[in-house]
Amino acid sequence: MSTVSHGHDPASLEPVVDLCDAVAVLGSFPALAGATMTVQRGEIVLLSGPNGAGKTTLLRLCAGLVALERGRGRVLGVDLANDRELVRHRVGMIGHSNGLYGDLTVTENVRFWGRTVGASESEIGLAVSRMGLDGRLAHLPVSRLSAGQRRRTALAGLVARRAELWLLDEPHAGLDAGGRDELDSVLKMAATAGATVIVASHELERAGKLATRQVEVIAGQVRKVAGL
Amino acid sequence: MSNASQQRFTGTTVIGTARLIAAKDLRVELRSRVLLNQVLPFALIVMVMFAFALDSDAVLERVAPGLVWLAAMFSTLIMVSRSFAVETADGALDQLRSAGVPAMGIFIGKMMALMAQLVVLVTLLILTAVVLYRAELSWAGSVLLVTTGLTATCGLAAVGTLYGGLAAGAKGRETLLPLLLLPVVAPVLIGATRATESAFGTRGVSTGQGWPWLGLLAVFAVLFSVSGAVAFGPLLDD
Repeated sequence: MSTVSHGHDPASLEPVVDLCDAVAVLGSFPALAGATMTVQRGEIVLLSGPNGAGKTTLLRLCAGLVALERGRGRVLGVDLANDRELVRHRVGMIGHSNGLYGDLTVTENVRFWGRTVGASESEIGLAVSRMGLDGRLAHLPVSRLSAGQRRRTALAGLVARRAELWLLDEPHAGLDAGGRDELDSVLKMAATAGATVIVASHELERAGKLATRQVEVIAGQVRKVAGL
Repeated sequence: MSNASQQRFTGTTVIGTARLIAAKDLRVELRSRVLLNQVLPFALIVMVMFAFALDSDAVLERVAPGLVWLAAMFSTLIMVSRSFAVETADGALDQLRSAGVPAMGIFIGKMMALMAQLVVLVTLLILTAVVLYRAELSWAGSVLLVTTGLTATCGLAAVGTLYGGLAAGAKGRETLLPLLLLPVVAPVLIGATRATESAFGTRGVSTGQGWPWLGLLAVFAVLFSVSGAVAFGPLLDD
């Protein structure tokens, strides 16, 4: 899967995510209260923890969507304290919604997201086929797809955008067993191709089999790190 | 990061983004046909209902310009609401921001697509006024009318996109949007109605008297286009 191409530049040797005592505030509430975490390129990291622990905020911080109030944070070599908007082009985040247009076809949706970073037509076609969405499916409106097919279309958009860091919030939610298997294989392929994946999930058994490492987030801090 | 990668990761330009968004919005409209099947019939029904309510050729001829722009404003509400419903239905607007797509490009693109649809709508409304209300149009008036139509739709599209974005993330956005939008577009209603009266020669008003009103419309369009393009990003992030 041509998700990313790295070459041998020094940036590829840095951790993809490097947070040290990171604090992020939502309103006046410190959703992250000194989180420290390092993620290396090609890892699939599972974020676990109870509701409200700060998993989504941690993902949003990595995506450059939440300000780093205190501490140190670098994602893909970009300093989150000063340049967090610069990291957004390189990160793909999918939450509970897929960010798709129901009236457009699968290919048109993937083309739209690919074009936001200037992807070529061949890259878009490749992203569609790698996600198993070519053939008849490619020309169907997204509104007629199953939940699993929609999720695959959203992930094809990330591939077309050449996202280097995939941030997924409860990606298995709403999918049937087949859709979950499809999703897991897509994420493994992405990691094999060099992308880094961070998954926030409550479904520890399912996501645990997928992940190379588990990180537990409790009360805005990374409390426990375990290899899988 | 290599130069090619650096260029890649800066994403498309504002103009490129605007074209991408406008093309996507128009394609969504072509597929869903909401303008064709819902908005245009709604606008026509409003015009016919006005005719039933006023029930006098003389009165209708006199108030035709105002009715055209009132119907246009009501229809604009539906179109703006639809434009942002498409973005929020599956979280696409959030995705656009999280993907670092330039907010200014999103604003300009959505505004251009909305303006294109409004031009179709206003053309139909003016034709309806000519046929239904027997409004008369001279060649001199046609130039003023076309210019007025383009300038007023630009203003409506700009303010509609700005307030549509503001209401997009709010609870009860369907009712919030008219409350926010209608008072702000009052200058467009007044300016466009007066300029259209001049174009139609309603109540003996000459074509020349319409041009100053066009100036008001132009100032409004420029003001909201520029402020909308600048404010849209912070507005979406909030």
